[in-house]
Amino acid sequence: MDITNIISAMLVLGVLGGLFGFILAVAARKFHVEVDPRQDEILAALPGANCGGCGYPGCSGYAAAVVKGLAPVDSCAAGGAEAAAKIAAVMGLEAGSSERCVALVKCSGFTAKKKFDYSGIDDCVAAMRLGGLQGPNQCADGCMGFGTCVKACPFGAISVKDGVARVDHEKCVGCMACANACPKHLIVKVPYSADIVVACASKAKGALLRKYCDIGCIGCKICERTCEHGAISIKDNLAEIDYTKCVSCSLCAPKCPRHLIRDVRLNTEGETEAIPEHVSKFAN
Amino acid sequence: MLTNLISISLGAILVENFIFSKFLGICPFMGVSKKTDTAAGMGFAVIFVMALASIISYLINLILIPLGLEYMQTLSYILVIAALVQFVEMFLRKMIPSLYEALGIYLPLITTNCAVLGVVLLNTQNNYNFIESVVYGTTAGIGFLVAIFLFASVRERTEFSDYPKCFEGFPIALISAGLIAMAFMGFTGLKIW
Repeated sequence: MDITNIISAMLVLGVLGGLFGFILAVAARKFHVEVDPRQDEILAALPGANCGGCGYPGCSGYAAAVVKGLAPVDSCAAGGAEAAAKIAAVMGLEAGSSERCVALVKCSGFTAKKKFDYSGIDDCVAAMRLGGLQGPNQCADGCMGFGTCVKACPFGAISVKDGVARVDHEKCVGCMACANACPKHLIVKVPYSADIVVACASKAKGALLRKYCDIGCIGCKICERTCEHGAISIKDNLAEIDYTKCVSCSLCAPKCPRHLIRDVRLNTEGETEAIPEHVSKFAN
Repeated sequence: MLTNLISISLGAILVENFIFSKFLGICPFMGVSKKTDTAAGMGFAVIFVMALASIISYLINLILIPLGLEYMQTLSYILVIAALVQFVEMFLRKMIPSLYEALGIYLPLITTNCAVLGVVLLNTQNNYNFIESVVYGTTAGIGFLVAIFLFASVRERTEFSDYPKCFEGFPIALISAGLIAMAFMGFTGLKIW
């Protein structure tokens, strides 16, 4: 083999490489864009799940917004207080204490009657287009269980069990991506420390609700009378807990004749949700 | 001349589609086809880079061929594409930030896309002149866009359909890609003149 071949190949490629390197080096300087170094630091403090719970497109979008002063430092639900403290340190601000929140599906109605059998696209939004924009359930506010929230959850914290979505409180970080996906707006934010939950969202009158659901709130006001702290009130035929007043005494839960007020502490081991005895025969 | 260009375009877009008949660029095809809008973004980025790479590689060939260095083509094309994508990224970031945001992560991803290298190598293999090279590069990109957009539309639908659990994710995507590829086989032998 001719030695000139090797030399010319080396020369040409060497010159080409050097030329491109030079052009890139010049371009890097000429087209340099100033990026606030704090942005990268904030990005490092974030969990990187890109859940969108803060309302910005992904973690980098949120980091950019924080640096510009457009977003508060404690908007990241997934990172919680830890991330908020780190971001606050980067920005030189005090972090407000933000309590950990989790999502709650306000429905227990796995026994609720259906208007019709739905066998279309496996998605709540699609199912809701039918039946007068209420979906196949007789209950206008009941979970349809097609799992649109399950697909929306970036942390795998929601699953559909017995036809109703359930949130795993340990995995849930409270980003509320599921709540935005739910067409029935059934998923709400509750404090992680909340032990007593009202798992129903139906505002239908008791007499009507009894016809199609065995565990929906009928607004009987027993819980309201039982509570010694004035934390429960009935609004529009639905019990509501004020968590600033609730002391988790769990007096109301056993009194609820429909078993929709639940003490989540009782269900932490094994089964995520205990099925109330009087309805367990429907559960299969 | 025009007939030639039209048949090159037709070949690149339909008959010898880069994805469905040459099986080049399958990685981004699978990776960024979950949503139609990101798929379209990727497709346009590929058109852009393929057209530019065709131009530059033609110029590089002008240097390599007189020196008898054709065997270095693959190596120098990789060098050219990598440098080009880097340069374009920096340029866009400074000059057209909106386009940079729109292309986003897809632009650097194309650096290692075999479809782009495939285009420039095929240009040389087919002895295309300058105009033919540019047309082939652009239309191959359009073919990629057509393929990835069609596929993303299909995938958005399969997401909601009822298929066996074991097919979830990539398996069902690969099967649907295979079915579309079979449909594209129908274009074989398509000619205008």
